[in-house]
Amino acid sequence: MKTEQIHGRLTDLLSPAAMRWAEASCAAVAAHPPALFELSAVAGLRCGRAPLGCDLPDWTADDAVRALMLCSLPLDGPELVETVAAVYRQGDTLERRAVLRTLPLLAIGDEAVPLVRDALRTNDPRLIAVALGPYAAEQLDQRSWRDGVLKCLFMGVPLVAVAGLDRRSDPELIRMFRDYAAERAAAGRSVPTDLRILLDSQET
Amino acid sequence: MRIFDPHIHMTSRTTGDYEEMNAAGVCAVVEPAFWLGQPRTSVGSFVDYFDSLIGWEPFRAAQFGITHHCALALNPKEANDPRCVGILDLLPRYLVKERVVAVGEIGYDAITADEDIAFAHQLEMAVEHELPALVHTPHRDKATGTRRTLDVVRESGIPPERVVVDHLNEMTVRMVVDSGCWAGFSIYPDTKMDEDRMVAILKEYGTDRTLVNSAADWGRSDPLKTRRVAEAMLTAGFIFDDVDKILWRNPRAFYGQSGRLDPLGFAADAFAGNSVHRGTPKRS
Repeated sequence: MKTEQIHGRLTDLLSPAAMRWAEASCAAVAAHPPALFELSAVAGLRCGRAPLGCDLPDWTADDAVRALMLCSLPLDGPELVETVAAVYRQGDTLERRAVLRTLPLLAIGDEAVPLVRDALRTNDPRLIAVALGPYAAEQLDQRSWRDGVLKCLFMGVPLVAVAGLDRRSDPELIRMFRDYAAERAAAGRSVPTDLRILLDSQET
Repeated sequence: MRIFDPHIHMTSRTTGDYEEMNAAGVCAVVEPAFWLGQPRTSVGSFVDYFDSLIGWEPFRAAQFGITHHCALALNPKEANDPRCVGILDLLPRYLVKERVVAVGEIGYDAITADEDIAFAHQLEMAVEHELPALVHTPHRDKATGTRRTLDVVRESGIPPERVVVDHLNEMTVRMVVDSGCWAGFSIYPDTKMDEDRMVAILKEYGTDRTLVNSAADWGRSDPLKTRRVAEAMLTAGFIFDDVDKILWRNPRAFYGQSGRLDPLGFAADAFAGNSVHRGTPKRS
């Protein structure tokens, strides 16, 4: 995923006026980073929430515009980390979701892991699903990552939302999956289809 | 029947209430910020509360098919506590959020000088952000407080049609109607208004610029009082269109002045022949 790809999809999707607004907003952020706070807040009202589709499943227009704004920040190092964290902290749920989605595009190392942890502590599946995206797949420690994956199952977030699931799965996660499936079965509850398929594939 | 409760404190209600409200026809709510039973002691307490009103609570409501917006403000009672007043410096950053459709509840509680300052300051913020204002009227010395409220609103320069003056009763309705502001009525089991008195007021004053709410909170209150008013109106001979106006079109018109009512969340509009499709980008 690249910013050019997001920009291209948005250009196809938005009205010319909304696209002009998005581009002007990115320029405003590049010139004056504090402008980001208000522009991020109103991005959904200005550009809508149409799904980007194609190669960016689950992304919506407001996510994409906010991502381009964040990528326009002319900052690096601790300043970039602090600004991105502040946008997350001061944002509503959809702004927070956009920050989490944008993390892999930012030169931010592992400094944004506290944001991922914050999102994983919530009870909102929209945040939990994006918290376990490509950034967490690279940066989150194994124990926290496993707990996050299990929380997805508890909250009905499909495992397909978890980036790098195959690569990062380990025997301990599979054990947790099996215990969870057994607990569901013992309670007379159904085992989520994606979990059943995953466990079946482990046995062969 | 589709119902929009323009004033309800869902933070203090259970998920069971959400289920019952949805079953009774409540499709949308506005939750104004107010005091809790226990006084707050810091600005951080407000930050968490406001974050909840633009984060967790709309998510909780959506699970039960209800669209949740909010009004944010420093409430009149806590405007008297210097430990809380600092939230006014942070309020502007919240007033640009998309789920915030008004400034409120502002107004008077004990009618003090500190309340004067916070009320006037927040009306200025409403003007600056082009938002409607939800104004609470005091429970003690209500008529005096309401007269003073209308003076402050007039002096602020906010257009009266962007202001609802709430918790009115037989003693205060006339002056608010004459001011050009919207008249708000809270229907409670024991205090404030009841549904039959509400119907009598609607018969006398008509259905224009009038909002009816449950104002349900952590006290003895009932989140289904909007529905009870609808039933009392029909029993008293009002037609269904009057009910729809009072409990759906009026609150939509009032908060719609913010330009932020979420059309994607208003599934009920599909029944009214208004085809807002999910995900359609706004053409601006």
